[in-house]
Amino acid sequence: MEPNIPDVIFIFVLAIFVGIEVISKVPSMLHTPLMSGTNAIHGIILFGGILVLADAATPLAQALGFVAVVFGSANVFGGFMVTDRMLQMFKKKKK
Amino acid sequence: MNSSIAYIIIGVSALFIIGIKLLASPKTARIGNLVAAAGMVIALVSLHKPTGDYVWSQGWSFNYTLIAIGTVIGLIIGAIGAYSVKMTAMPQMVALFNGLGGGAAALVASLEFQRGAHSLAGITAFIAGSMLFATLIGSLSFSGSIIAYLKLEGKFEKPHTFPGQNFLNGLILLVILGLCGWLTFNASGGNATTAFIVMFCLALFFGVAMVMPIGGADMPVVISLLNSFTGLAVAADGFAINNLAMVVAGTLVGSSGTLLTLLMCKAMNRPVTNVLFGAFGSGGGAQAGAAGIVGTVKPIQADEVALLLAYATRVVIVPGYGMAVAQAQHSVRELSDELGKRGVEVQFAIHPVAGRMPGHMNVLLAEANVPYDQLIEMEAINPTMDRVDVCLVIGANDVVNPAAREDKSSPIYGMPIIDADHCKTCIVMKRSMAAGFAGIENLLFYKDNTRMLFGDAKASLNALVAAVKAS
Repeated sequence: MEPNIPDVIFIFVLAIFVGIEVISKVPSMLHTPLMSGTNAIHGIILFGGILVLADAATPLAQALGFVAVVFGSANVFGGFMVTDRMLQMFKKKKK
Repeated sequence: MNSSIAYIIIGVSALFIIGIKLLASPKTARIGNLVAAAGMVIALVSLHKPTGDYVWSQGWSFNYTLIAIGTVIGLIIGAIGAYSVKMTAMPQMVALFNGLGGGAAALVASLEFQRGAHSLAGITAFIAGSMLFATLIGSLSFSGSIIAYLKLEGKFEKPHTFPGQNFLNGLILLVILGLCGWLTFNASGGNATTAFIVMFCLALFFGVAMVMPIGGADMPVVISLLNSFTGLAVAADGFAINNLAMVVAGTLVGSSGTLLTLLMCKAMNRPVTNVLFGAFGSGGGAQAGAAGIVGTVKPIQADEVALLLAYATRVVIVPGYGMAVAQAQHSVRELSDELGKRGVEVQFAIHPVAGRMPGHMNVLLAEANVPYDQLIEMEAINPTMDRVDVCLVIGANDVVNPAAREDKSSPIYGMPIIDADHCKTCIVMKRSMAAGFAGIENLLFYKDNTRMLFGDAKASLNALVAAVKAS
């Protein structure tokens, strides 16, 4: 199915502004967890890997798709886990 | 696409946006990460093919077995990496995960491009262009991240430069863009596959060539930039396979990552072009600061420092990467607790680029249970530095170097610094007189109100804790 190109570009442009807006007031102490957290979000590429591998027709396509799924899976799971591990340590002073 | 999928994608996009938003405050950051992860799970469960078919109801085939095995292997790799990495090595881990994401984006785009090009219907220029973009950006993010990882691990840390390097890199980029332009309109042409493979390899090489000339100190900026690149590659993949959740997620990461990169450069007071093409710290800079040195280095013993600390009203600790390398975070916290018990007001001054990434120091101190309301950012603490009795600089160097304010010839001139020299007594804890990560002589060590406490940071701190307890 062909994407409706103007619609997709519309979403793309809006997402650019949202991305800038949500991050512009972040204190620098959270930059590392934030980089790690956004890093996990682009792990959504796992779905791209799943979609190409599901329809892979040749052994080469299967092999490359398999690598893409492994990479994407490591990116998404590792990314969220490492971010959580960092953030669970941010605590206020215990009274 | 039927409307229920559209609603799910809208919901998932909202979860990603709310997740990033919550990540912006220390109180809600952990929940924010989980919200984004929940969005990911919902998107995975409701995944549909570009044709609109539900992925998980297509009948089990060998390909699905491969998907399951691949996902589990990735999960195991990710979990081992995430839970075994030391907090000091966090930037490397992010670089590695980012590289894997970039590699996956490039592979997905390549496979879709080849499939589309050889299908009966062919491929439109818009789709072909998106896939070529994703292949190019994804593969250079992959190879660039690996180099960034190796540099942070201490392999060929120094910048590698040769005359005409920027020119050669520019030339390679032109060839890559030329090939992409041609392939956009000739995706099914006779030599298309060869041209595509050449383009892929050149893009991989370009990632290496782009990162090699950049010094280890600038790697955080590079990683942040490559992180946003991967986001854009994922968004382009989303265009190509008509998956709007990927478009939204990728674009959010692309734009926020670009902004984050610029914020980091701003914290170091260097334009992003300077980081990418300047080959900072490639020599020359090491001698530049030596001219402004007046005075001598005055050593001090731990007992004396302990007395100063114990009877101070206000103490500021400036931690640096050296503290983390010595694994001294816990000793620092012990010292801070001990002083706190005696009624001394202890704060930590955090430079925006302390550690190896902005915020890295906060993570390292958080690991040692230092409450985050005790960590004060540079802008907030600088105006009060002249009311500080003792400033304890532990393993930090360039971020407290007054040369950034005073010496116009210094490579770090103009970089915002913590005004450690403005306090009454400044104690610098250091292993030896070696220069910092950027290779620049530190004028602070020669100031009249500075005393040097030489030795391993952890051992010195433990001695301080014992001496403060005794006094």
